[in-house]
Amino acid sequence: MNLTQKTLEIRTSPHILSGMSTDTIMRNVVYALLPVAAFAVYAFGLAAALVISVSTISTVLTEHVLCRLTKKESTIGDWSAAITGLLYGLTLPPGLPLWMVFCGGVIAIALGKFMFGGLGYNPFNPALVGRAVMQAAFPVAITTWHPAFTTDRFYNLPDSTLTLPFMAPVFKAVTTATPLAQMKFDHKIADSYDLAMGFVSGSTGETCAVLILLGGAYLAWRKMMNWRIPAAIFLTVIVLSEFFHYLKPEIYPDSLFMLLSGGLMLGAVFMATDMVASPMTSRGVMIYGALIGILVVVIRLWGGLPEGVMYAILIANAASPHIDRLVQPRVYGTGGVKRKT
Amino acid sequence: MSNHPDAAAKTLDTNEFIKGLWKENPVFIQVLGMCPTLAVTNSVINAITMGLATSFVLIMSNLLVSSLRHVIPKQVRIATYILIIASFVTVADYVIQAVSLDVYKSLGAFIALIVVNCIILGRAEAFASKNSVGNSLLDALGMGVGFTFALLCLGGVREIMGNGTFLGYHVLSAHYQPWIIMILPGGGFFTLGAWLLLFNYLRKRKEKISMQ
Repeated sequence: MNLTQKTLEIRTSPHILSGMSTDTIMRNVVYALLPVAAFAVYAFGLAAALVISVSTISTVLTEHVLCRLTKKESTIGDWSAAITGLLYGLTLPPGLPLWMVFCGGVIAIALGKFMFGGLGYNPFNPALVGRAVMQAAFPVAITTWHPAFTTDRFYNLPDSTLTLPFMAPVFKAVTTATPLAQMKFDHKIADSYDLAMGFVSGSTGETCAVLILLGGAYLAWRKMMNWRIPAAIFLTVIVLSEFFHYLKPEIYPDSLFMLLSGGLMLGAVFMATDMVASPMTSRGVMIYGALIGILVVVIRLWGGLPEGVMYAILIANAASPHIDRLVQPRVYGTGGVKRKT
Repeated sequence: MSNHPDAAAKTLDTNEFIKGLWKENPVFIQVLGMCPTLAVTNSVINAITMGLATSFVLIMSNLLVSSLRHVIPKQVRIATYILIIASFVTVADYVIQAVSLDVYKSLGAFIALIVVNCIILGRAEAFASKNSVGNSLLDALGMGVGFTFALLCLGGVREIMGNGTFLGYHVLSAHYQPWIIMILPGGGFFTLGAWLLLFNYLRKRKEKISMQ
């Protein structure tokens, strides 16, 4: 404690510091994400590599330019913009035109983070804000999926990737459906082993559940991530989907499929755990995780879209300050049981 | 603007017209009438129609309120204003229906909702009920033009970005990829925010220059 500092400093919680600085944590999140990104490049080839690099460059560049414009010290050194870019890139389909990837990265930082005052003030996960705007702006391009493990993936790009800026992409190459879309529209369930190992189509980084869980386990072990959030999400999804699967097994898929398909793993482990946008108390994060789980199951089973993890997390982000207020610990000496006189 | 009734009864003040265009622009400065501003500006034709209809109602109600300002009892003035406004909205409603049924259908309930547009009631209460008929007309004209201009600003950006067209004509390359979000409600908020940003920036810069 610095003794010369005599003025009383008033700050909002949390007050107890763990001794880890923002950039240490953020750097470790990048380490945890690197295997996922590497697998994305392995599975989807050059297209995924370009999407992930452009998304990361766009967010870091936007952060730097906006800091300069507002005459602040550039905050790209804390790695948070790089994580936003990496996560945002991992949620995109591999054949998305690169100019759309870039626009989304700019929006993610400018609208999702900087508009609210930078890191620590964003009510939503910036990566998901960028993706949500892209989804609303280009609903066709962002739901056109390319098959994984094509033989020419390391030297051939899909036609759509290099579309000129602001021009409509042409999807000539073979496109495919994600396991979730197949479940929703054709009632075909993919093999669980393929889902877990990532031998299916989907967004660049969401396919390999095992690597994502390993990254999450590393972060939880280093105490850099609140493990209660993914645990609560998984538990809720398992209970709800098993219940509906038990009622109507021919319509509703089992819980293993629900867990491993789509962006649930990536979202639950890396996005719902956004430190700024999730609640602070342990009870709060349980409610938060359960809310995400319920929303994911509801959107997937009855919504118009095959996947709902993004919207589920964004809605739960919006609710998290209210959850915090709801579970606020009682201040000692106030409230409680009234004593009989 | 004079608050005392009939202080400048006989003199026409052109400032009453000018102020609505820029200094007291109903949308960009007063941030009033957000419902039509956000809801019906997804195309230029909708924006123009809404702007003109609102201007018509604004002018007519301002004229009538101003000329009846000594007759209307203070206790029931709001009800009377709404009654006057609603009559002219009905006129606008039927006229739009007769001129173009397509536009009428795409505007939907928002034509009837002009009744509750707070710009109109605001001008009736704050201006027309205290000023001469001539000045009230100028005030309504200025506010109407300012409102239409603001809607056009939003509608233009949203239609060009969201559809690649302006008034239905293609202004961008045929291969342009439309940003669907711009013609959805979310795009209305984005565009309004961007315009407010621009206008606030311009105003701040002007103040800074005039201070030096």
